[in-house]
Amino acid sequence: MKFGVITFPGTCDDTDAQLAVGRVGEAVPLWHQDRDLQGVDAVIVPGGFSYGDYLRAGAIARFAPVMSSVIEFANAGGFVLGICNGFQILCEAGLLPGALLPNTSLRFVFRQVNVEVSDPNTPFTRNCPPRLSLPVKHMSGRYYSPEPVQVVLRYAAGENPNGSQDDIAGVINGAGNVLGLMPHPEHAVDALTGSADGLTIFESIRAAVGDRVATGTGEGQ
Amino acid sequence: MKDGELTVHARVLVRPKAGILDPQGQAIERALPALGFDGARNVRVGRLIELELEDTGQLEQMCKQLLTNPLVEDYEIVEQP
Repeated sequence: MKFGVITFPGTCDDTDAQLAVGRVGEAVPLWHQDRDLQGVDAVIVPGGFSYGDYLRAGAIARFAPVMSSVIEFANAGGFVLGICNGFQILCEAGLLPGALLPNTSLRFVFRQVNVEVSDPNTPFTRNCPPRLSLPVKHMSGRYYSPEPVQVVLRYAAGENPNGSQDDIAGVINGAGNVLGLMPHPEHAVDALTGSADGLTIFESIRAAVGDRVATGTGEGQ
Repeated sequence: MKDGELTVHARVLVRPKAGILDPQGQAIERALPALGFDGARNVRVGRLIELELEDTGQLEQMCKQLLTNPLVEDYEIVEQP
């Protein structure tokens, strides 16, 4: 299967995302000015500092040409995974509820955290163990939503790195095909760097796409 | 702009919505007493955006779509001659 990996000016985790998805499928680089998603089966919006994060994290990236295609793709049921800055972009674009505010500490946090999978029945977590060890590295990771949301990942008790509401680390949209998370699964795909738990998220997506192909359902792009 | 056309100077004041934790405001509130300034409460830190416009017809839309995130921020438009 083909994973599209978007690069905006200022994205810095696209290379790791391409390497990570390359372990379970084929990586297709997508540029922020592309409108053609090249027939990919899933889209990864990786982390970094898109457009310098000027104004607010993700505020300007949501208007990039590629994002109109990603919004169409998501509305048609395509799988979209937003990591860190990608999560911020998906919230700004309205594909996910809520917003990510500056960490309560006002500091950039960079550490390994344990994350509980609170919903193992999503296309992104079906192959995951109950707990994942993943790195976080961000300045604005304090998730906030005035409305109830579908939480998929939570920081383990006492490990919330940013003051996020209800220890939320990752949320999914109502249709169940768009996930955003602050921790970085793409940096945790090899035991050599401390954890390979992140790989299970990409394996989950591959399995979910495989099921769609087998049953002939899907977003048809 | 041609000579004689009016330019509107506008300011957009952006604030964190009531009820949203503002750690910057809290840090300032804690720092003031250390300098001997007592009695400051509910310190909130926002953003000031100044614009020059030919007209302000689209300013509300600009605020909603880009200048602020209406989910977490309130804004106030102040027009100046």
